[in-house]
Amino acid sequence: MSLTADDVKKIAHLARLGINPQDEGNYAQDLSGILDLMVQMGSLDTSEVLPMAHPMDQSQRLRPDKVTEHNQREKFQAIAPQVEEGLYLVPKVIE
Amino acid sequence: MHNKTIAELARGLRSGEFSSVELTRIFLDRITQHQNLNAFVTVTPDQALAQAEAADKRLAEGSSGLLTGIPIAQKDIFCTDGVKTSCGSKMLDNFIAPYDATVVTKFNEAGAVMLGKLNMDEFAMGSSNETSYYGPVLNPWDTKTVPGGSSGGSAAAVAARLVPGVTGTDTGGSIRQPAALCGITGLKPTYGRVSRYGMIAYASSLDQGGPMTRTAEDAAMLLQTMAGFDEKDSTSVDKPVPDYLASINQKLEGLTIGLPKEFFGEGLDAGIAAIIETAVEEYRRLGATVKEVSMPNLKYAIPAYYIIAPAECSANLSRFDGVRFGYRCENPSDLTDLYTRSRGEAFGKEVKRRILIGTYALSAGYYDAYYLKAQKVRRLISEDFKKALSEVDVIMGPVTPSTAFGLGEKTGDPIQMYLSDIYTIAINLAGLPAISIPAGFLNAMPVGLQIIGQYFAEDRLLNVAHQYQQVTDWHQRSPKGFE
Repeated sequence: MSLTADDVKKIAHLARLGINPQDEGNYAQDLSGILDLMVQMGSLDTSEVLPMAHPMDQSQRLRPDKVTEHNQREKFQAIAPQVEEGLYLVPKVIE
Repeated sequence: MHNKTIAELARGLRSGEFSSVELTRIFLDRITQHQNLNAFVTVTPDQALAQAEAADKRLAEGSSGLLTGIPIAQKDIFCTDGVKTSCGSKMLDNFIAPYDATVVTKFNEAGAVMLGKLNMDEFAMGSSNETSYYGPVLNPWDTKTVPGGSSGGSAAAVAARLVPGVTGTDTGGSIRQPAALCGITGLKPTYGRVSRYGMIAYASSLDQGGPMTRTAEDAAMLLQTMAGFDEKDSTSVDKPVPDYLASINQKLEGLTIGLPKEFFGEGLDAGIAAIIETAVEEYRRLGATVKEVSMPNLKYAIPAYYIIAPAECSANLSRFDGVRFGYRCENPSDLTDLYTRSRGEAFGKEVKRRILIGTYALSAGYYDAYYLKAQKVRRLISEDFKKALSEVDVIMGPVTPSTAFGLGEKTGDPIQMYLSDIYTIAINLAGLPAISIPAGFLNAMPVGLQIIGQYFAEDRLLNVAHQYQQVTDWHQRSPKGFE
């Protein structure tokens, strides 16, 4: 499996992850090497095997639909990069 | 004083031999004295002394518990209300956690004294503590070598006697591997045994917090406080916590040990193999019988892990977007630029690598071939363990294929770095508990023995480890300059 610098650019965009253009080639090489490791799994027949998501095959626990958290807006916004009047500020999205 | 175990310190505190404030000062001084190891990201002396004073009061009143007044430190992956929680990343360099992790709450309630937050690989991604934004941690046994990772600060701090016990987290070996490379005891509990609430997520189906100490007895004391069901963690398992100290003195007659032949093949340093064999011999003398077991799918553990963990990491780390907390780039031109540049500027190389791999593995058209396949392989590996553990009580083997490697030696080759996790990763995939204990030295560097047990058999592992520590003294050795 071989990825190109162009593939890396596409994947980085999907992840909204800034990558220096001069590093794309290196990442392509690293990623290809890692994917080559994955090829080993291909030799295993897993057609009858169920995927395992939780070691104890425990399913997601449900809780009663009751309010358990109280509002801590001020505390949470104290660590935000930019807030105004209780709102998180980001660059303009709609012109 | 700093050479005493937690069990000894707890006795001294209760008998009034010394106070928690005195103890806290001694360890805070040692932390300052050995700053060059870079084991801590944040030291919290004022808070620690206040906690110590409160602990002394509880001790005087007689309302103390097992850990009241004992100095500990938290891996900087556990959220601490009001204290910087960096996770070893520039992304969270400005992050003052607004709440406590459940593990932190439990230590606070027990009256333990937190000295600070420990250095670690960025977002727990690394096997050498070299991916930390705060620089590498040095191994006290040889400061030109790595302490292992990702809980490298945790392991180095305990080995250098800067603190008697700490927390770590283990996603693919991050408690056991640094414990082995630094010559201390580290336990990765069963998945679901210790709450993950407030423990910054890397790979949610694998991450598990656990204790790192010098002795198994001390690990039992910390685990007693850490373990238990937590409503706030949806993967927490609702099962009573046994008294870990109650069974620790049980004799080992009749214990059956399984040695997987796949653990002793190509790639294992012959010197380490010999040390493991000697340790197993010691267990024979303690009354154990040994048999060979086989785990044919073990060789697929690394590929399966390096799909599952990055896939989960790419999803988990999508929350770091520069909007509500953490790093934000200067003058973003639009929202996409804000996300892309904040993440690009604040994540290190290894984190980026894993986000890219995970994003690729989960992208349309590749999900079945990679993630689903890896999860199926995961079941096969877990069934190998199930079968082996139906024939024996515990499985033993090495923790690492070599002793601590040199700083910078593997940073240029991520795959070489990944392969150093070969003996630990499969246990996380299966969700089993495992402990690493000091078993000897190779060229003056510590070697760890790994003991793997049944689900929720932490009591048995601690018992098996403790009995070995009654007849050996590897766990009592201190690195030169830190005696």
